[in-house]
Order: sequence, then structure tokens, then C-alpha cells
Amino acid sequence: MKNIIVVGNGMVGYKFCEKFVAKEESKHFKVTVFGEEPRPAYDRVHLSEFFENQDAKALEMAPAEWYAENNVDLIVGERVSDIDRKNKTITTAKDREFSYDYLVLATGSSAFVPPIKGVEKEGVFVYRTIEDLEGMLAYAAKLKEKNPNAKAAVLGGGLLGLEAGKAVMDMGLEPHIVEFAPKLMPRQLDSRSSQVLQLKLESIGLNIHLSKATNQILGDTCITGMEFGEDDVLDVDMLVVSAGIRPRDELAKSCGLDIGVRGGIVVDNKMNTSDENIYAIGEIALYNQMIYGLVAPGYDMADIAVEQIIGNTEILMPADIDMSTKLKLIGVDVASFGEPFMPAAKGHSIIFENKTQHLYKRINVSLDGKSLLGGILVGDASDYSMLHQIFLNGMKIPEDPSQLILPASDGGAAFGDVMDLPDEAQICSCESVTKGQICGAIESGEATDIAGVVSCTKAGTGCGGCKPMIADLTNATLKSLGIEVKEGVCEHFDLSRQDLYKIIQVKEYATFDEVLDNHGNGGHGCELCKPLVASLMASINADTANKEYAIQDSNDRFLANIQRNGTYSVVPRIPGGEITPDKLIALGEIAKKYDLYTKVTGGVRIDLFGATLNQLPLIWKELIAYGFESGHAYGKSLRTVKTCVGSTWCRYGMDESISFGIELENRYRGIRAPHKIKGGVSGCIRECAEARGKDFGLIAVEGGWNLYVGGNGGATPRHAELLAEQIDNETVIKYLDRYLMFYMRTAKPLQRTAAWQDRLEGGMDFLKEVIIDDKLGIVEDLENEMETLVNKFECEWTQAVNDPEMMKRFNHFVNSEEDDDNLVFVPMRDQKMPEQWKK
Amino acid sequence: MEKISAFKNYIEMEEVLEKYKTTKLEDVKIWFKAAPINAFPKDGGACVKYKNLQIAVFNFKRLNRWYACQNLSPEKQEMVLSRGMIGDHNGISKVACPLHKKTFSLENGENLNGDLDPIAIYPVKIENDYVYIGFAE
Ligand SMILES: Cc1cc2nc3c(=O)[nH]c(=O)nc-3n(C[C@H](O)[C@H](O)[C@H](O)COP(=O)(O)OP(=O)(O)OC[C@H]3O[C@@H](n4cnc5c(N)ncnc54)[C@H](O)[C@@H]3O)c2cc1C
Ligand code: SF4
Ligand code: SF4
Ligand code: FES
Repeated sequence: MKNIIVVGNGMVGYKFCEKFVAKEESKHFKVTVFGEEPRPAYDRVHLSEFFENQDAKALEMAPAEWYAENNVDLIVGERVSDIDRKNKTITTAKDREFSYDYLVLATGSSAFVPPIKGVEKEGVFVYRTIEDLEGMLAYAAKLKEKNPNAKAAVLGGGLLGLEAGKAVMDMGLEPHIVEFAPKLMPRQLDSRSSQVLQLKLESIGLNIHLSKATNQILGDTCITGMEFGEDDVLDVDMLVVSAGIRPRDELAKSCGLDIGVRGGIVVDNKMNTSDENIYAIGEIALYNQMIYGLVAPGYDMADIAVEQIIGNTEILMPADIDMSTKLKLIGVDVASFGEPFMPAAKGHSIIFENKTQHLYKRINVSLDGKSLLGGILVGDASDYSMLHQIFLNGMKIPEDPSQLILPASDGGAAFGDVMDLPDEAQICSCESVTKGQICGAIESGEATDIAGVVSCTKAGTGCGGCKPMIADLTNATLKSLGIEVKEGVCEHFDLSRQDLYKIIQVKEYATFDEVLDNHGNGGHGCELCKPLVASLMASINADTANKEYAIQDSNDRFLANIQRNGTYSVVPRIPGGEITPDKLIALGEIAKKYDLYTKVTGGVRIDLFGATLNQLPLIWKELIAYGFESGHAYGKSLRTVKTCVGSTWCRYGMDESISFGIELENRYRGIRAPHKIKGGVSGCIRECAEARGKDFGLIAVEGGWNLYVGGNGGATPRHAELLAEQIDNETVIKYLDRYLMFYMRTAKPLQRTAAWQDRLEGGMDFLKEVIIDDKLGIVEDLENEMETLVNKFECEWTQAVNDPEMMKRFNHFVNSEEDDDNLVFVPMRDQKMPEQWKK
Repeated sequence: MEKISAFKNYIEMEEVLEKYKTTKLEDVKIWFKAAPINAFPKDGGACVKYKNLQIAVFNFKRLNRWYACQNLSPEKQEMVLSRGMIGDHNGISKVACPLHKKTFSLENGENLNGDLDPIAIYPVKIENDYVYIGFAE
């Protein structure tokens, strides 16, 4: 048994363990990992997601149990402080000693903080660990309490700096980017693309200061500003330094390993340091005189070190390392690949620029016009995956290379079909998965869908940038195998909900029987397809549930939620949660009169429980007389739009969240959808209305609303994702109309927006293209359909109580006026409740 | 709490369940005249009171057939089956309980998606646009 000690439990140190334990030979080794951070390795690439949910667990590369299950000793919160190469031992900061046969250094980098005067002041942060982010959040909250218009600057306009800029903006601070170079992302972009990016970023509210050398940080104990020149000062209350990285080579230095002039441990193509028993991988390793600040090369290095240690010494690190990057800044597409800036001697560049649309595309083509050497995309990086693959695999390009970036004129996108890629094409560079492996997983039957491919090949589990390609490959392969994914809703229909939706819309069917007779399998329907067709007809024709009540789900049929003992609950709509004292009293009086159990619901309205079927219309008659209407708590439709008091009352409020919440609730009330829909509107980023836990959520920010979609509580909670930012009320409604209608058209039965969105091929990017850019050319239809539904709204309870025929439905017996005689209530805390079910 | 005692017809549940027994056509002694056919929704059900029994009656219009069964859900012992949705499973007419969507055959009362006890079934006949349910007593 030999001992391997890994120093550093970051992304790459973890990847080393993962790859190592997967090897048969690993049983002859004992792996021990030390991490200085207080928690197991997490996904630093997606660090910014921590701002959205503050869920550190979600970022974990693997839970702590994983290490134990795989016989890896994980020791967190303990820094390795010394290496004794002669005796092959290490010492930790807790003065413990361990011996090794092989040592793997994966200590990564730390943020580089330039030695500017005053940089140690309070309010100056770096952006590298979860603890850094926690510090920033706490500080920003404190600032905003004192001054709602607080400002934050980011030092550094590179990839990371822009990500940090977006983060401080989302925290509700006025964001400023300060860059030393005369352009943004100097390492990846040429001047023109950089200008296009700058325009785009400025348009979403980032303030950009170029060619600024910071002389000193101003302030007593806390930062109050940055000084560039004598009279050139920027007042800021917080600063995030993102000026590059510095390899954590202090350990290696102290034990005499070879170090590069500007830091980093020198390694060869075996990942060996100057000591043959010591390897270095990841952001600490200096390979080809370079530190690669990306995960994908780090993962490759982990792979090489694993192979070397188990004796496959012929497996070596390639000399060329792909540094292509796609910036994952929300709302802006930026990508560069291959050689982004190419000297004219080596080839030609084809450039397409449209400043009004913030669009810039450049490709560099070899002098003979046959191969793609690199390129830059700003504003629209949808071609990135394909271009990147063409570049990586040296694929042939069209005779007129401009076709690669210009919008196809005849719609015949003949070029760039994923299936044309060679089998060796590396689709996922993070996990080194090839096209052959992805297609093979489906051909062998191992996987039958995208989720299956991801779980058996691990493709897409790193940066996630390759997901759209995985989806394309999966679908194309399934299609080539003649597999059609059947999505029939139940034994009576082979059609999916989406198909039925289209059929009912086009054929204008008005009854369940018509649909069943023309498109069913010959049966008589069931509890799955009947309510589905009812809901579709309601979504399409704005029918209320009174229309064909026998096909309505039981709750819709009686316009109330059935409770455990067969009685019902009554929930009138209280839009936005705003209610007058008089209406509140009316609710109380009615509840008292009918002896109903009353409770405030999770959706901020009042629920009256224990009404018998016979009582329902009587209760509603009284409610309607007081001006209430159905709350549709029983329907697969809009429930509530929860609001905070916003700028109407709250001292932090940035907009009128109540007024807007009421408007939205009244707009979408009654509309039937695949599942229930909830909304939320918060007046500022403190998010008192928990809007991001809803199907749609709005948060007021400087300059408008941020619109989030696809969140929910329920069994699998999920935060809503940002669809658009800083938009006005009118645009919110426009986007929401489109979003909801698109969801209503395409979701599966009983699929909440969250699950629908998760499974939407192409993900959020695709959704934005459909909703905002109108990629499918349907937004006008979506808006019109929604407008029709909104205009046709009618309260179904008002309908019912005014129609003696409809009222008959609410008799418990058809041949007697009596009520159910089987009901038993027992007292509870001054109210009543149904008797417990017998086991 | 006085109003609670209004629901005083409280009988032990087991006793309630025992009151419902499948009745074969040949055992019918009483044809109870329940209600006019238009009191029942097309392809849906409603509840009929007979003595101290609650009977769910379904108008299976697509088949031009009528079915009757106990209104009591054998799972949760609540009077709800008449509010359930009807349909078929492989050609067998069925009703789904509105509480948890347990389905029961309307032909023989069998629980089609679980192993609950079967529900009691009663014969139905239509005369002069009136629905009659057959009981043995
Ligand atoms: C905000 C952000 C966004 C990023 N986005 C991208 C992106 O989109 N694409 C991309 O490819 N890359 C991105 N990166 C870079 C990527 O995260 C790094 O390349 C990657 O994390 C490097 O992994 P590593 O394991 O080498 O180093 P690290 O993840 O830094 O891990 C090193 C670990 O070792 C620990 N350690 C150091 N010294 C010791 C010691 N003596 N004893 C014990 N433990 C020690 C450290 O505390 C640390 O936990 C991003 C980075 C950040 C911060
Ligand atoms: S979310 Fe609403 S209630 Fe909460 S602090 Fe902001 S404006 Fe005030
Ligand atoms: S959480 Fe469960 S028990 Fe509570 S109301 Fe919802 S479904 Fe019922
Ligand atoms: S390329 Fe990063 S996950 Fe596939």
C-alpha cells in the first residue's frame, strides 16, 4: 500500500481523486487530501451562483460522504505548512505529520492584490472563495442600509472582473468597472469587439472606466473612494479586486522545488515537478511557462498525474492547450476561441459588426482559406460551440467562410450539422468526452435521453458550456436510430400535451368527446386525459370550469378544494394580499356564520375550511355580494402574486410592488395552465416577497424590474432564473405574457414552470431567444392569445351562483336537501377540524 | 362548539362500511325511484340518499349505461365517490376517487390501481326518464 497525499482540495485536487479512485489500480494506494478551506471542494467556476441562493451545498463537487465511500481521507480546514522531501513527509498547520510516497500539489491560485496604498481598508474584497462572497454580501447589506445608492467598483475588467461587476450590480450597488488597459477583456478581445462589449455593458447599467491606474484607496478605516490621478477620484463604498491570480507556490518554494520567475511550480508533460515523487496540477502548475487559469486544462493535468502514478507513463500532456472561453455573464454573450487576434501575415479576418445591436463577430481564416484559426463573438455567441468544434477538429470550412458568421440568407443552414463532426471530436472539454462516446452511449442503449447521456458520460457536468451540443447530438442520434420519444398522456391518447394543444387550437374543438372521438385510441377517457383536455380548452378558449363540468378535475368541478373529510375550502381572491378592513370583517362574519375554520394561507390570503358541498354556493353568494371573487385556489391556474409593501410604505422600496402585484394578479387570474402558477413582487433586493421562489418573480432595481422565471417551492425547491433586467412595467407584462403562454403551450401535463424550464432544450439561453429575441417568430401570437384570455376573464363563482342550473351541482344528494350525514368534526384551539382518519 | 354537534349522525365507520353490500340483479327486492335522469351530469355522477345509505350514481353517456356504487371511499371512509371522475381502463368502466385518485371498476367494484377492498355495486334501471336503484332490502 502506497500513500498519496494531495495538497489542496479545490476543483482540480478533487478531480484528481475522482479520476484516481475510478482506476482499478487505486486499490493499491491510500489517498489523503488536505484542504485549507473549511469545506470540501466546490465548483469555483459557478461561484457567482452563490449570490443567487447562498446554497454552498449546491456548489459542492461531491459531498463529504463521497470521499469516505471511496476510501479517500479528506481533511478540511487544515493547511499543509511544510514538506520534507528527504523523509517524504508533510507537516500541517496543526503540527501533524504524514508520510507520502507520492505528493500531488493542487494548491491553486489566490487572487492577486496589487500593492496599492490603502488596499487593506475595510470594504475591499477579492472574489475567489465562498467566504469572500459571504463577506461581500454582509458588507453590501450594511452599506445599503445606510445608503440605498451605495456604489461598488471592481478593479479589473477581465473575464472575472466583469463577472464580479455583474455580481455587485445584482446586490443592488451601483457598479463600476475600473480597468488599467484601454479596453475590456484585453486578453481575449480585440479593440473593436471590446468596444461593442463596452456599449452593451453600459446599456445594462455598468459604468466603465478604462486606462485608469489606481494610486491609492481613500478612506479612514473603510474605503470611500479610489484615486487615479490628482483630481481624478471615484467615490465608492466597496471594492472588489479582480486583477489576476497569483499561484499558491509558497510551500513549493520553501522546500526548494523549481519555481517560475513570476511564480508557479514548473512541471513537465508528466506533471512532474523537479522532484520525481512530487506532481503539480491545476492553477499552480507552470506548464509551457504558463499558468492556465481555466478548469479544463487543470482537469487534463489531473488525468495525466493519475496515469503517471499508476504507471501508464506514456500518457503525456499535449503541448497545445485550448484556451477558448465563453464568458458566462448573464445577458451578454462573449466568446473567443483559438487565436482571437491574428497577425495579418498568417491569414485573413472576416469581421461582421453591428453596433446598434451590440453585435460583433470575427473569424480568422488561414491564408489558403481552408481552416479556421480562431475568432471572437460578442453579442451573439450561439455559433460558438460549432465554430469551436470546427477549429478544434480542423474541419473543412465552406468556400465562402463568411457563411459561418453571417445570418443564413435562405434559411438553409447547410453548414455545421453536429453529426458531421468526427467521432474523436471533443464535445465536452471539461470532462474530455468525445462525440463518439456521447453517440455510443445512446447507440448501446445505455442512455435514452439527455439526462441519461450526462449521467453516464459525465459530459456537461463541468462548466456546462457544451450542453447545447450534447442535446443536439442526443436528439440527432435518437432520430438516426429511428427512436421517437412517445409522450402519450395516457392509455386513451398517444399524443403529448403539446400535440393536443395544437390540435384543439387548430380544429377548434369545444367538447371532450370531439377530441376523444377524433384523436383518441377508442376508449372513454379517464381521470388523466379528461382534466387535461378541460384545461387545454380553457387555456385556448378561455372557458371557465363551468363549461363541461364532468370532465373537470374534481376540485374544478366544484370550484373548491376538497379536504380530507370531503368538505371544501373557500379561498376568495385577495390580489397582492391587499385587503380593506371592511372586507376583512366580511370574511370574518361569513366564516362565523357558517362555522368555518379560518387560516391565513402560505400565499397571503384567507382560507375558510370545512364548508359542505351544499354550503358552497351560499357562502359564495355572500362573498360575491361583498365584492369578492373566486381565488382559483382549486385550479391549475394563477394562485397569488405575493407582494411586499414596496415603496408605498417601505423605506427601502424602489418601486410600487403592491400596485404592480395587484395588476399582475388581476391580469392572469383564472387562466388555466399545465399546473398552478404563483408570482411574487419585491420592492427591492431584500426580497421580502420571496419572489424568486415563484413561477415568476419581480424585484425592483435601479432603472426598472428584474424579471425572474421558473422558481417554485414544493417538493423540489428551485430559485427562479433571471430572464430580463431593468425593464419597465410594460415590458414586464409583455415578457410575462409571452413566457406564460409559451409554457402553457409546450409543458407536459402537471409540469410546473420550474421542471418545464429545466427540461427545456437549450435552457435559459433558448428561452431568452424565444421570449426576448423572438427566435421562433411567435411572440405576436403568444401576446394575442394571452390578451384574448385576459379580456375574456369571468369569475366562475359569479357565473355559478347566478345560474340556477349550475347551482344544482352543489347538492350533496340529488334527491334530498340534506347535507352529508357522515361528517364528523372535533374541536381544536377554539375552532373545529375533521375527525382523524382511522388507520 | 354547539354547531359541531349538528353533525350528530355519527356512526362507527366499520358499521357504516358494513351497510354497503353488492347487490345482484336477481336479488333486487326494491327498485328505489331516485331522481329524473337529467339530475345526473352526462358522463359524470351524483349522489342519491336511500334510507341511511349514500349511493353514487353515474351516467356513462358514452356507453349509454348507468352504474351505481357506494358513495363511501373505502380508503378514507369519506362520502366522495360520486364526485369522482369516470372513464375506462382497458375497456373496464371505472371511477377515480377525488381524494387520492384510487380507481374502482364500476362493473365489479374491484380496486384497479391498488389492493383496497372492493366497493359495493348496485343495479340501475331507467324507466320513464327516471333512475331506479336496486336494493335487496
Ligand atoms: C469567480 C470565478 C469564475 C471562474 N470562471 C471560470 C470559467 O468560467 N471557466 C474556467 O475554466 N475557469 C473559471 N475560473 C477559474 C477556475 O475556478 C480555476 O481554474 C480552478 O478553480 C482551478 O482549480 P485548482 O484546483 O487548481 O485551484 P483552486 O480551486 O484554487 O483550489 C486550490 C485549493 O487548495 C487550497 N490550498 C492552497 N494551499 C494549500 C495548502 N498549503 N494546504 C491545504 N490546502 C491548500 C486552497 O485553499 C484551495 O481550496 C473561475 C474562477 C473564479 C474565482
Ligand atoms: S423587499 Fe420590499 S418590504 Fe422588503 S425591504 Fe425591499 S421594498 Fe422593503
Ligand atoms: S404540504 Fe402536504 S400536507 Fe401540507 S397542505 Fe401541502 S399537500 Fe397538504
Ligand atoms: S465543456 Fe465544460 S462541461 Fe462540457
